[in-house]
Amino acid sequence: MKLKSVLTMAAMIFFVAANAQTADEIIAKYHENTGGVEKWKAIQGVKMTLVGKQQAMEIPMEMIRLKDGKSYSHFSFQGMMFKQNVFDGTTLWSTNQQTMKAEKSDSEATENYKVNDAQDFPDQFLDYAKKGYKLELIGKETVEGTQTFKLKLTKKPIKVDGKEVENVEFHYFDTENYVPLLMESEAKSGPAKGMVMQIKTSDYQEVDGLLFPFTMTQGAKGQPGGFSMTISKIELNPKTDATLFAFPAAGK
Amino acid sequence: MKKTNLFLLVAFFLMSIHSFSQDAISKGKEIFGDLKARHIGPALMSGRITDLDLHPTNDRVILAGTAGGGVWKSSNGGATFNPIFDDYCQSIGAVAIDPSNPDNTYWVGTGETWTRNSVSLGDGLYKTVDGGSNWTKMGFEKSERIAGIQINPKNPDEVYVAVLGPLWSDSDERGLYKTTDGGKTWNKILFVNKTTGCGDLLLDPKNPNTVYVTFWEVRRQPWAFSSGGINSAIYKSTDAGKTFNKIHNGIPKGKLGRMAIAAAPSNPNILYTVVESEQDKDKGLYRSEDGGANWKLLNGDFGLVVRPFYFSRIVVDPRNPDVIVKGGLFGSISRDGGKTFKDLGPLHSDVHDIVFDIHNSDRMYAATDGGIYRSWDGGTTMEMVENIPVSQFYHVSVDNAEPHYNVYGGLQDNNAWYGPSSSPGGVEARDWVRVGVGDGYRVYPHPTKKLVYSEMQGAENVWRYDPAKDQAKTIQPLTQKGDPKLRFNWNAAITTSPSQNHPDRLYMGSQFLHRSEDMGESWTKISPDLTTNDPKKQNQEDSGGLSRDNSGAENHCTIFTIAESPLDDNVVWVGTDDGNLQLTKDGGKTWTNVIANVPGLPKNTMTYHIEASVFEKGRAYAVFTGYQTGDMNTYIYRTNDFGATWKSIATPDIYGFARSLQEDYVNENLLFVGTEFGLFVTLDGGTSWYKFTNNMPAANVHYLELHKKTNDLVIATHGRGIIIIDDISPLRELTAENMGKDLHFFTSKKATIPETNGFGSTSTETQFVGNNASDAARIAYFLKKRHTLGKMTMEVQDMNGNKITDLDPGKSKGINVINWNFTTKPPKVATGKTFTFGGFTSPRVPAGDYKIVVQKGKETFTQTLMVQYDPKSTISLADRKAQEEMTKKLFDMTQDLAYLTYNVDELTKVSESIKAKSPAGAKVATPFMDELSKLKDKLVITKGDNYVGAGEPQLREDLADLYARVANSFYKPNTAEIDNMTAMQGRLATAKEEFKKIKDKHLSKITNQLNKDGAKDPLVFKTFDEFLQMK
Repeated sequence: MKLKSVLTMAAMIFFVAANAQTADEIIAKYHENTGGVEKWKAIQGVKMTLVGKQQAMEIPMEMIRLKDGKSYSHFSFQGMMFKQNVFDGTTLWSTNQQTMKAEKSDSEATENYKVNDAQDFPDQFLDYAKKGYKLELIGKETVEGTQTFKLKLTKKPIKVDGKEVENVEFHYFDTENYVPLLMESEAKSGPAKGMVMQIKTSDYQEVDGLLFPFTMTQGAKGQPGGFSMTISKIELNPKTDATLFAFPAAGK
Repeated sequence: MKKTNLFLLVAFFLMSIHSFSQDAISKGKEIFGDLKARHIGPALMSGRITDLDLHPTNDRVILAGTAGGGVWKSSNGGATFNPIFDDYCQSIGAVAIDPSNPDNTYWVGTGETWTRNSVSLGDGLYKTVDGGSNWTKMGFEKSERIAGIQINPKNPDEVYVAVLGPLWSDSDERGLYKTTDGGKTWNKILFVNKTTGCGDLLLDPKNPNTVYVTFWEVRRQPWAFSSGGINSAIYKSTDAGKTFNKIHNGIPKGKLGRMAIAAAPSNPNILYTVVESEQDKDKGLYRSEDGGANWKLLNGDFGLVVRPFYFSRIVVDPRNPDVIVKGGLFGSISRDGGKTFKDLGPLHSDVHDIVFDIHNSDRMYAATDGGIYRSWDGGTTMEMVENIPVSQFYHVSVDNAEPHYNVYGGLQDNNAWYGPSSSPGGVEARDWVRVGVGDGYRVYPHPTKKLVYSEMQGAENVWRYDPAKDQAKTIQPLTQKGDPKLRFNWNAAITTSPSQNHPDRLYMGSQFLHRSEDMGESWTKISPDLTTNDPKKQNQEDSGGLSRDNSGAENHCTIFTIAESPLDDNVVWVGTDDGNLQLTKDGGKTWTNVIANVPGLPKNTMTYHIEASVFEKGRAYAVFTGYQTGDMNTYIYRTNDFGATWKSIATPDIYGFARSLQEDYVNENLLFVGTEFGLFVTLDGGTSWYKFTNNMPAANVHYLELHKKTNDLVIATHGRGIIIIDDISPLRELTAENMGKDLHFFTSKKATIPETNGFGSTSTETQFVGNNASDAARIAYFLKKRHTLGKMTMEVQDMNGNKITDLDPGKSKGINVINWNFTTKPPKVATGKTFTFGGFTSPRVPAGDYKIVVQKGKETFTQTLMVQYDPKSTISLADRKAQEEMTKKLFDMTQDLAYLTYNVDELTKVSESIKAKSPAGAKVATPFMDELSKLKDKLVITKGDNYVGAGEPQLREDLADLYARVANSFYKPNTAEIDNMTAMQGRLATAKEEFKKIKDKHLSKITNQLNKDGAKDPLVFKTFDEFLQMK
């Protein structure tokens, strides 16, 4: 066989291989490249210590996510601690920044959190079908200057101001490393309603055999500014107390 | 009724989606990275909206197609809209929401069908199945314009598409098409001929097997418009498009023009059509009460017959068959079944579509040449949607105003304007100044005086406007004795001189080139007729077809573009709309037509733009458009020898015919080209091109300007307003060598610390506000590969390597742009019960050199950044140093206080533990704690909340307030501030002394007690430096 034919065949095989990806294969490769499905399934919780940054302003933060759906985060300013998006399995709550007291999120936000975010440990993709999510490969797209697979994840519908709407995220996986570089979703409420919100992920580093992005940058597509989070430490299976997540008694 | 079985079954499959290389997009995405376009609007006059559609069950959702600004969606009942179609052709003919899946499936037919002279064109039909996140082209690549889309509400796979087709040429790709497989394949089910397209389409609201469609024989030429012919007709099918019958009983005989058709949803047997016909007496609104079997003329009022090519739209109230709205100059509404009409309430002229809310007919939306209007009272009061910047610029120019240059330009149907490229709080409606009326075109600032030249259509008026006096003077060249009629293009050519020797010089083109040396006070013709002066192309009086339309829009054989060489003011290029390219090298004494030297260019192709080079006197670029004769090719040429020879620099990388070109001022190989479908960039003089897509829609780019001082590329889009790419200078350094490095820092300009700290904008939440250019220091670098694995950080350091602050590095492959706002980190502030907002203030750095250090894995990359104070500022260096010194003192005092408070808190904690352990401990600890507590009450607020329940401010709060005042100021501290600091220094010193006294008095007892309790080194607290590092 002539060299040219061999090269052509090789190129064709490569082409077929590169194009025969399915969404499931991409996710499988992602989990494999970041530590393996079994390892991801085995972890019970993650605690992250990080710094949120917007220009010169640095905000020390801590975030905890548990397998059972509980979550907790806080940030600190001038010795005051603000708890944000704390979920104990039933109630979603945060600290009011004016009164410094705990306040429950509205029932719609809580319900939306329960049916989606609370299931997304350790990520959205693990057992996505069991969660009732749908995943599709849309195609390839260049984002961050890099060729990616564009995946559409349809999560459970959420309610927005009383009306049910679809809940879709687009995830862009690097075709080289099979890790997500970018997530996009439409803001469904608030001042950015209708705009596409983006989270870029980078600085993937290993923690006890699992690969995590240590930097996340959020912002609205096409808009200046943004908010970055740089993780300094990730602890797997942290010890936590149930009281951390519970909505405080009145006055606390 | 004569049965006409015209149906044709021609199945065709989806064609290749793009004729140009998709590589131009993806390769562009690999290099442009963070170099992003920003949109400054304006939206105060919005722009032409062509079609509206409503969600059938959710009254919050509205879809709007625009003439040149893509598709916009509202999810809040029309309060605001967002664009959802930026990556595709922005000229929209029809939008449709699938009634079976209205949250997800939309269809968009590109190519506006309101066929004015300046109309853009489309490139096919698109579909989304996810609410607009992703779109797929569904064919009709060559259709140019799509007038209607109707989806069977009972079967989403069954879709009809009305293709009006090419406006300027014959085509087989027009007529009525149908798919039964969701768009995979299409059948052409009704075709009349190559010049007659489908103008309107309707499915019976209750019976989707009944289809109504109108056909329109139409043709535009650059010099004439013809609406109507014997082939225009209304057809009906009752078998889902298998057969069609003409339904003309009662419709005038002979030639017909554009006709709209509508059915009353509450009684679909009631139909309305507006008819353009040969006799004026027959023109008007017709009504049928038997599903089109018979028609009766009801009304021929102005509002119903005006400009059918622009306003053929009828809409019937979904709940009342007698309430009808007709598009028009003002829009008309009838409440008696069409017998009489009145104008809609005041709104922007030229109404193209109207929709009634799905629940409440008082609530209406109107699509006009000036945006979308909402009504809450059945069309009497109209209010404008204020966040849709789809203004259609024809041109843009810039000045050198400080601190932000202005942009100048004219808009389709929306006057002439100038506005700032940046403004406090963002570029908002109030920032724009109107400098003309009617349709605006080319607007120029006087090169040295604060005067503005502007014009309206066909040079009916050309003004020299003095904004300071609010005085406009008309200055256009007028016919002199012996002159023929002066022929000005609708978009009349006018320009200033780039020569510093001729600031008062002005050129205008009719068929002659006119030059003024006194700002338009007097004019000299410096050329003979430079056009072909073809009399066959000068019968505009007869233009329009069945409805005479001699607006001047078709004026032809005129000069369209003028360019004086920046290197020699005697070298002037002139291009004409009838395809001449003329050159004088002696200031107009002699002229040479060099058009015959341009290879591969069809005769009479319009010379749209000439760019006289800044590098060589003999070099110029010429851009030609043939679209108005159906030639969609891209024509871009360069000459280096005064037009003796030309070389094409257009490649298949470029999509769409070109209208504009901008040469870089520094790198002669860097060129920008604007086409009908976006912006393209070459780094190698035109050998290959990249499409620029970063926040840059695929909009029709009419003109480009490069601001010399800022290197901003200013883009006049015909549908998305003014778009700016700030500082394109990194593109100049994109050599193979630099792009091959792991990280290449681009040359950085000296960064100037801005001296502004005002109060922002006045816009409300639902108004568009354009983004400002960043006034931060700009750090730009190229990454060969996206940084994904491992750590990457960026620091600003002083030249001794001391860290000033951390920045977030960009990690994209390609160009990354990081902004640093010249600040260091804020001070560490004492903990308290409330915020002290002043404590969030970060001090500015002094002018000087700084190092930018990127750590990428094990590699370190460094660049020096020079920072300067504003050289134009009146503030003295001594004053600045006084401000910096006092800021530093207050910064240090703030941290000293924080450390003092930390020690108080730590001792309090220790005392609490002693107290808890034993009564003896409590006896020792309690008085100590009491005294510490009293001290702390004076240091910081210890009670209340972060709003109006806050306690009285204490030392921390007073100190932070003063610190923030001084740190944010640009001036030397005033006496009050200095005295205030002295007082604060006293309070801090007193507090420290008091703390010492308390410790002296109690600490030994506490230590003894701790020893008794067996504690190990309990009183070892952090040092000041350790304390500062605490998170």
